[in-house]
Amino acid sequence: MIRFAAIRLIEIAVVLVLLSFAIYVLIGLMPGDPIDLMRSADPHMTAADIAHLKAVYGLDRPLLARYLAWATGALAGNLGYSRLFAEPVLTALLPRLGNSLVLMGSSFVLALLIALVLGSLAARRPGSRLDEAINLLCFAGVSLPTFWLALVLILVFAAGLGWLPASGVATAGIGGLGDRLRHLVLPVATLTAASVGGYTRYVRAAMLEALAQDHIRTARAKGASEVRIIVHHALRGALVPVTTILALSFGSLVSGALVTETMFAYPGMGKLIFDAVMGNDYNLALAGLLLAAVVTMAANLAADLAYGWLDPRVTYR
Amino acid sequence: MRLRPPRRSARPPLPLLLLAAIALACLLGRPIGAALGLHMMRVDLLHRLAGPSLLHPLGTDELGRDEMLRLLSGGRVSLAIGIAAALTAAAIGTAIGLTAGYLGGWADRLLMRLTDAVIALPLLPLLIVLAALDLKKIGVPSWITSSDDISFVRILVLAVLIGWTTAARLVRGATLVTRSRDFVRAARSLGARVPHILWVHILPNVLAPLIVATTLSVGDVILLESVLSFLGLGIQPPLASWGTMLTNAQDLIETAPLLALYPGTMIFLTVIACNLLGDALQQRLDRRAADHA
Repeated sequence: MIRFAAIRLIEIAVVLVLLSFAIYVLIGLMPGDPIDLMRSADPHMTAADIAHLKAVYGLDRPLLARYLAWATGALAGNLGYSRLFAEPVLTALLPRLGNSLVLMGSSFVLALLIALVLGSLAARRPGSRLDEAINLLCFAGVSLPTFWLALVLILVFAAGLGWLPASGVATAGIGGLGDRLRHLVLPVATLTAASVGGYTRYVRAAMLEALAQDHIRTARAKGASEVRIIVHHALRGALVPVTTILALSFGSLVSGALVTETMFAYPGMGKLIFDAVMGNDYNLALAGLLLAAVVTMAANLAADLAYGWLDPRVTYR
Repeated sequence: MRLRPPRRSARPPLPLLLLAAIALACLLGRPIGAALGLHMMRVDLLHRLAGPSLLHPLGTDELGRDEMLRLLSGGRVSLAIGIAAALTAAAIGTAIGLTAGYLGGWADRLLMRLTDAVIALPLLPLLIVLAALDLKKIGVPSWITSSDDISFVRILVLAVLIGWTTAARLVRGATLVTRSRDFVRAARSLGARVPHILWVHILPNVLAPLIVATTLSVGDVILLESVLSFLGLGIQPPLASWGTMLTNAQDLIETAPLLALYPGTMIFLTVIACNLLGDALQQRLDRRAADHA
């Protein structure tokens, strides 16, 4: 298992190096470049000024040399300066990472709890009316365009009824926990609706498998109640694959919910990456994308390891 | 556990009928509109944002164009992207899966690592970088970049780039299982060539889960297109899809909420029909597919 983890870690490192280079190149291929931006800001700039600026920023050097310079800086913890926020990249990144973790974490927990209940109910009698109703509900959830759902929620609860705020993390000048929670309700509801369907189907499949095991039949034969069988005996077995989605979802917690965060003007990682890419903020976009990739891959590795730990029958080759 | 025989019926599943109706309406929308003397692009500034009427069953948009015709024409774009991207992704994924599964060894390891890497990445943020690329900087000739259909092709490529992995994994798994079966070994010992074995002996065995996966991905691509359109990176004028119509309608949400309701409902109906159809096919064609997915 240690060997397995070590090989995977090396693979992750290789993928990261390749990915960071690919993103570096791709970002350079987006419209506009930093010197163009300066030139448009100052029409008196001469060709000599431009050449001088390119030399100052190292833009006259070949791509590989520029990438290596960036990578050595990044490894030393120097990720550069964000153009959009006019502060060091890390200072801009970290609070938004926190915001995303709060938003995604709460909707993830909520969706998982709902999924455990719905999935268990559906698995009790496969093919029953209840099972089919839950199935339809799941498909409805994954088939809704997220931003459309967000739009409808804003229209009804923020613009129409005026119950809840439509954007941001807190009201300026008020703050406080209650205010923050009120700002979370609509984005969390949107994200939960979008993810609960997939989770429920996953729980249902895992539960069906768990209920077919011999020890469940034994428990039934001993006269255990249906609730006890599901909660006490079957859920444990069903939780093993569910743990995997837990770990796999962690990556998306960090990269944030781009669409939801944009719709609700919620300052999280997804919106940050989007704004950075659209605003030609190269340093910030690179750091944000890479951070999201690192955490996603680490979470995938954790998922694989957790699987073996929870289910001793799994062997690593 | 109670066992029931799988329900089989001769009538086509409801989601298939719904999809067929949507597709047919989208295809026939323009000719029928033309026969009635309506044209999708006809601007009528005197009747902007009109309510439903006999001439305009769903009313008109902010330029006085018939909403119903626009909706049907947007559906052609959305459906075309969904189907084209799903089929292309399935074809590429099948080729990669067959290669990896049949050759085995380092080719398999390399291709599967690639698949894992694509699956493991935070895709939406990366797609945004790709969608925003300046095609001129990578040397695409300007007659292509200035073409009306370039946004269509761009989304198609993006959807295929992230979509091929499902088919690749399915096909590789099935190929691994099938290639050591006796009939494949017999074919090989009779001197059958590799392409023949792959095409005649192995591919038919993966067709069922492949069809299911492709059906499901049509819906996924339509959703992806609407998200990219929402972010301003999707279909560009003069083309319009349901995603762009929904995005444009956001600005008028206070005055004309129905304009946002229509395309949103069409996306929802189409995607849920694809998903339910995929689910129904899965239960009919191949009960084992659930284990592979």
